[in-house]
Amino acid sequence: MTMMKRFLSLLVIGLMQINIAQAALEIVITEGQNSARPIAVVPFKWLGKTPAPDSLTDFASIIADDLRNSGRFNPLGRELMPQTPSDEADVNYQAWKETGIEAIVLGTVTPLKDGRLQLHFQLVDIARGVKNQSPQEINGKKVLSKSHVLLNLKGNFSTRRPRHISHRLSDYIFKDLTGTRGAFLTRIAYVAINYEDKYPFKLLISDYDGMNQHILFRSTEPVMSPSWDPTGTKLAYMSMEDKKHEIWIYDLVTRKRELIKPYKGSNILPTFSPDGKKLALVLSKSGQPDVYIYDLKSKNIERLTKNRGIDTEPSWSPDGKEIFFTSERGGTPQIYKINLANKRIERMTYEGRTNLNSSVTPNGAYLVMVSLQKGKYSVSKQDLSDGYVQTLTNGRLDKSPSVAPNGSMVIYSTVVKGKQVLSLVSMDGRFKAVLPASKGEVKAPSWSPFLTTKKN
Amino acid sequence: MQLNKILKSLVIALPMLTLAACSSTTDSAKNSSVETTAEQGVDKTTTANNSNVVVGSDTDVSIDPVENLTSEEVKQQVIAELNSRRVVYFGFDQQFVTPQYGELLQDHANFLIDNPSVKVLVEGHADERGTPGYNIALGERRAMAVVKYLNNLGVSESQISTVSYGEEKPVDTSHTDAAFSKNRRAVLVY
Repeated sequence: MTMMKRFLSLLVIGLMQINIAQAALEIVITEGQNSARPIAVVPFKWLGKTPAPDSLTDFASIIADDLRNSGRFNPLGRELMPQTPSDEADVNYQAWKETGIEAIVLGTVTPLKDGRLQLHFQLVDIARGVKNQSPQEINGKKVLSKSHVLLNLKGNFSTRRPRHISHRLSDYIFKDLTGTRGAFLTRIAYVAINYEDKYPFKLLISDYDGMNQHILFRSTEPVMSPSWDPTGTKLAYMSMEDKKHEIWIYDLVTRKRELIKPYKGSNILPTFSPDGKKLALVLSKSGQPDVYIYDLKSKNIERLTKNRGIDTEPSWSPDGKEIFFTSERGGTPQIYKINLANKRIERMTYEGRTNLNSSVTPNGAYLVMVSLQKGKYSVSKQDLSDGYVQTLTNGRLDKSPSVAPNGSMVIYSTVVKGKQVLSLVSMDGRFKAVLPASKGEVKAPSWSPFLTTKKN
Repeated sequence: MQLNKILKSLVIALPMLTLAACSSTTDSAKNSSVETTAEQGVDKTTTANNSNVVVGSDTDVSIDPVENLTSEEVKQQVIAELNSRRVVYFGFDQQFVTPQYGELLQDHANFLIDNPSVKVLVEGHADERGTPGYNIALGERRAMAVVKYLNNLGVSESQISTVSYGEEKPVDTSHTDAAFSKNRRAVLVY
């Protein structure tokens, strides 16, 4: 037995660092493109002395995809563009106005001697640009205003991570046009299952759009509930590779993992506190599942719930002062919260017979959860100020909702054509997309925090 | 009863089988985690777990040098008999053992009582309705319900352990109502 156990663990660890270059997931928009704002991302112009290399990234295309994936914008197809300017001075505002486009993104790419690329990009408001074509009088002088140039940025980048650069530009554009920080420089973690594989259960991460996929870990036994730390560099998850519940923390920088010493019974559903110092988790060492807090430094646990029914699925409030959880203490599963200072417990949901797996949006305004309605499990949100509940999805087996760090979107798992796949829905429920997998099933998505520290 | 006879012979046969399983695991560890096809096809999880027959018993099983050992056919028959009757199914969102499993559990209990050195693992499973975090708790509840049932029949607590797989290891992966009823189960694994 010991030998076999050691062997299994070796298999698991030895295969941890396998990367897949191509995307196994891609975003396919299914609903809500009509209400999105029209925008155009003009292909960036190459300013090198020699022709552009074939390997040059199409920055404009990645930015257009980002804006489309946000559900807020509907980028114009290149064949419909009246012109392809690369500088604001060359824009034919009247022609663009006639296409109905609100804003256009322009740019140039210049190769530098050191091998890096200089990107210059501009975001231009078309309606204001039309107005600014005629000079305006300011302090008695006639001037041509440039107020229609919303962004005019230049930067030098290494060519190593072109998608990364594009996502950063998308973040700038999104912030300027919506007032909300973009979530394009983020990742998702998820579990993929293919029962025909020798190691059917895999833990993966990818960019938010399914690109740059990495397999962290594969196993003969189930792996569950990946959850990010607040820096986006660690993942906590449960693995059954030793035929029991064990919580691990995987460090994406060192690529090493650490076992949280298991207690008897269930050791499940770890989630990092907002300050990254603690885990909320569920243990059943006292005979039934209860919510605990595990201190990562002292390794001490604190029991939060003592109830004969099931208490499970803990999640932290954004300020880290409360933990929301699912409990059967009222007869059927409903959402409760516990105040960590005075340990007071309060019931949060009353609508419907069953509500599960809740999390609070980053702005603290909504509770996102899984609700049972007419025999179907769907993702819903409850306004925490007035209790109003809105159903966001219309699947039968929707689960594991995880909110983007900017609160704009929820990623969740659903069943499409007999297979479990990941899906996206905007927080207002209008925009929907699926991320079909090339093979097998995908579940348990978890959206990372912002991966840059900049505050914009 | 024929079954009783089989079970009695198992009292002797099982430690031998355990020993055999143990040595084969050590010798051919290469295949142990994946060789699941030659099983009875009752339950995926259980077959994958069969190498776990060895848990803790390779040192504490004492083998009596009994001369009149049952034949290999009878051993196989006994194993087949037990394996075909080791799954307890549950109703939707239910966590209690229904009376129809009384006889099945009584047979397992008798066997365990007669063989105090034998250990059993009770796996709890749920269907995929609801959420993984709730279902893994529900799976544990189901396993515990079976443990309690066996305890009440006189089986020592030290012989039984549990693990919940929640909705993570379905027998039927088709996401249909028919699949759900097959997946809501507890499995006794020796």
